[in-house]
Amino acid sequence: MYVAVKGGERAIANAERLVAEERRGDPAVPELSLVQIGEQLTLAVDRVMGEGALYDPALAALAIKQARGDLIEAIFLLRAYRTTLPRLGDAQPMDTAAMLMERRISATFKDVPGGQVLGPTFDYTHRLLDFDLAGTAAQAEPVETAAVDAASMIPRVADLLGREGLIEPPPAARSDDVPDLTQAPLGFPTPRALRLQNLARGDEGFLLALGYSTQRGYGSTHPFAGEIRMGTVSVEYVPPELGFAIEIAEITVTECDMVNQFKGSSETPPQFTRGYGLVFGRSERKAMAMALVDRALRARELGEESGAPAQDEEFVLSHSDNVEASGFVQHLKLPHYVDFQSELTMVREMRAEWERAQSRPSTEAAE
Amino acid sequence: MGARGNGLPSQPFNFAYLDEQTKKMIRRAILKAIAVPGHQVPFASREMPLPYGWGTGGIQVTAAILGADDTLKVIDQGADDTTNAVNIRRLFAKTAGVRTTTHTVEATVIQSRHRIPETPLREGQIMVFQVPIPEPLRWLEPRESETLKLHALADYGLMQVHLYEDVATHGRIAKSYDYPVMVHGRYLASPSPIPKFDNPKLDRNPALLLFGAGREKRIYAIPPYTEVKSLDFEDHPFTVERWDRPCALCGAVDSFLDEVITDDQGGRMFVCSDSDYCETRRTEVPDAADD
Repeated sequence: MYVAVKGGERAIANAERLVAEERRGDPAVPELSLVQIGEQLTLAVDRVMGEGALYDPALAALAIKQARGDLIEAIFLLRAYRTTLPRLGDAQPMDTAAMLMERRISATFKDVPGGQVLGPTFDYTHRLLDFDLAGTAAQAEPVETAAVDAASMIPRVADLLGREGLIEPPPAARSDDVPDLTQAPLGFPTPRALRLQNLARGDEGFLLALGYSTQRGYGSTHPFAGEIRMGTVSVEYVPPELGFAIEIAEITVTECDMVNQFKGSSETPPQFTRGYGLVFGRSERKAMAMALVDRALRARELGEESGAPAQDEEFVLSHSDNVEASGFVQHLKLPHYVDFQSELTMVREMRAEWERAQSRPSTEAAE
Repeated sequence: MGARGNGLPSQPFNFAYLDEQTKKMIRRAILKAIAVPGHQVPFASREMPLPYGWGTGGIQVTAAILGADDTLKVIDQGADDTTNAVNIRRLFAKTAGVRTTTHTVEATVIQSRHRIPETPLREGQIMVFQVPIPEPLRWLEPRESETLKLHALADYGLMQVHLYEDVATHGRIAKSYDYPVMVHGRYLASPSPIPKFDNPKLDRNPALLLFGAGREKRIYAIPPYTEVKSLDFEDHPFTVERWDRPCALCGAVDSFLDEVITDDQGGRMFVCSDSDYCETRRTEVPDAADD
């Protein structure tokens, strides 16, 4: 009985083996390969890379396999790996105007220079279960895609508005002295760069709910999807020994520029403001939610704070990380019997006192 | 980076898991924490291979201070054989290859969740506490920006009023664990969720006491022989839990007892929460009951 509440090494080792067994499932069914996950569960891989804060599709696929498809667990695995990697330096600011685009839409203009390109989106699909997919589908016919001019820079929609001064200018690009969330703990108040880092790693579900809440009046930002673009961007780095930029990677990202109303203040004329979202891969829902929350978190700077949850940087940034949240919520499974014993002892004493007080003949009642 | 033939890395992890840069950063935070007893020092906490809430703060502190010749003891709820203690011990056995022990007297580093061993610690030992919420004022003021100011001004009226309200409603300070302490007469600190039974052990302890909160990214310390006072009132002095019976296994009357339910007829037994203390007493001479 007494031993039952304790767990030895054997119990842990057996639990690990059980996990491995459950992961594998029926051995008669072929085992999932990382290539299959990487090729066919791409959006899961993208989410794990984004919230795991490490762009490595192969490792993300491995994490998904190891976590049996539990994406938060996979994100945790990737983070725990990422944290020990040596840091070589900071990349140059990425130029998303030079993106090789797979998708690009603007909800604010019917047409924009560079065009509207739907790309691989669920947006206009009918959500009908496709029973053909249950079997091995026949090879799909090649798709006709719009020719995208790879060579040209396609200006961002917000920059077009900026020429008229209708929208605030983007913050100046700087590569020096950028704060790094993983190198220094969060302190409040936070600069926007740090907030964006936090949101980029933040839980998609949490940001989605917060962004949604701003649309329902809790810190309204009157947003328009100015532009969403998805595609590949090159990452450049300047090695100190070379002194000039070299391309070290090409990564797929999704960027969202929200255009939001701003009534102006005594210092600033009325103009549109921006909320910004940028995530690894094709995580469009996350990029949009991030942009809404980024804009909501600028409430203090713009003098429009109303006390809504999405505007509260301490509340939002302290609770956005799903690795932290998942760990702390689930740590309640760990034994707490010492503290509970302390509480039991105290409650028993208090009840004894209460009963003594009840049984004492009340002199006041007689008066 | 190691070879990546199949697109996957192949390098092993560093001694005690963390890379040396990270250890250096954590050691700096520890040194600062020792220099300002009770003050919470922010540090760039890392993700660890164990989840937040499982003791990542303590694990990082231990990883940063552990040397190849250290002997490590890990306890949870006072016991060496609880799952979480076993798991953390085997993490360091695997990644650092250090000697581990269950005997308090043999250990140079003791990592703990929720208890301080009954066997008195000695000079040269380091006790590492796993801390879930390092901020003692958190339940009274959720905002870091506010609690920072309160600590800067040593303005602990909130806590005094809170304890007074307990006395007014319950006739006593109704806090049984994570009982707030004043460290060196300056900083209000959380002793971590140890039962208040253990609070007196914090005062002028010859060992170095380090506290690590991973998710909250804070480290604080109580250096050896520092004065630590549990908050109370003159007419409601601090007291600790008492049991009206000795340990059912070793007969100890001076240790924290866990209640174990033995059947569904209300049967229960009380045994030492500190498994090493209990076992040592049972294997020593029969009259081990008095020290």
